[in-house]
Amino acid sequence: MINRADAIIKVMESVNRQDLVVSTTGMISRELFFNADRPANFYMLGSMGLASSLGLGLCLQNPLKKVFILEGDGSSLMSLGTIPLIGVSSPSNLIHIILDNQCYESTGGQPSISADIDISEIARAGTYTVSERISTIQELDHALYEYQNVAGPILLLIECNQEPSSGVPRVSHTPIAIRDMFKEALNKAY
Amino acid sequence: MNSFQFLEILKSRRITFCSGVPDSTFTNIFQDMLDDPDINYVSAVREDVALGIVSAAYFNNEIGAVIMQNSGIGNIVNPLTSFNLMYKIPALIIVGWRGYSDDAPEHEIMGKKTPEFFDLLDMPYRIPDKDNLSGALDELLAQMEIESIPGALIMRGGIVQ
Repeated sequence: MINRADAIIKVMESVNRQDLVVSTTGMISRELFFNADRPANFYMLGSMGLASSLGLGLCLQNPLKKVFILEGDGSSLMSLGTIPLIGVSSPSNLIHIILDNQCYESTGGQPSISADIDISEIARAGTYTVSERISTIQELDHALYEYQNVAGPILLLIECNQEPSSGVPRVSHTPIAIRDMFKEALNKAY
Repeated sequence: MNSFQFLEILKSRRITFCSGVPDSTFTNIFQDMLDDPDINYVSAVREDVALGIVSAAYFNNEIGAVIMQNSGIGNIVNPLTSFNLMYKIPALIIVGWRGYSDDAPEHEIMGKKTPEFFDLLDMPYRIPDKDNLSGALDELLAQMEIESIPGALIMRGGIVQ
């Protein structure tokens, strides 16, 4: 089991300046903002389940840019059909991270069904090129390094602790500011 | 008009990134989009997924389009209210209007309520006739650009075949 904020920090260490990151609503966006705010992060403040769809669209529109989707077990289960759609669309530039703590932590830790089903198996059946279940920070470190130049779509399901986070602020950028910073970063030539 | 002519209208307005869920109002257009090298069509699993995908076009200074049946309007209310309308990210939503006249029972209620949904969300929309499709689309796109929000083209059967 990995602390979720530690997993986010570790993933973001492997993100290059020009890479795009889309994060799901709730604590994942808040922890990303708190620990690794950058213009090329798109914090999806609502629309649970939609981060993977926007991420897929960004991959298809920008095939030369690497796109990271950061979401939870709850959001991926909410839009589960997106996983085989990503597999079939086969964006080689996608790294799909699922932080699986087997609960809806942003709303008080109510259990999700991911304790009993393995979402990484669904990605494997859905023809992701790589789908791996990760339970230690060393495995995560290794996977991020090993797959950095492997054609995607790649799914890393990270087993995370249930740990109510206190003191993590809300994303303080306005939606329009998030949109505009992201657009400017996406179109910047590095 | 036929679906090729409709696709030319979309392409001439730089609308080439499309996704949707099939609807018999425009039976042929889905295959024609898949066959058209100038259109990137993603065959989505749900209407909200289609809207999320094509909204990415905004960041490349383009407008994406969703093509769907009005029975799926319920599926796009959440992304419309807490994504496209909140972030002001436009997308063209082309909706087949089932239940506009006599139709199967499952289309009756949504058929009556279809324009009201977009009124409720303060979204611009147009209901074109056969002879003013281009003009209605241009008016809609102009309004979408001014407000930077999504808009709907509500299409009755028989306008695009």
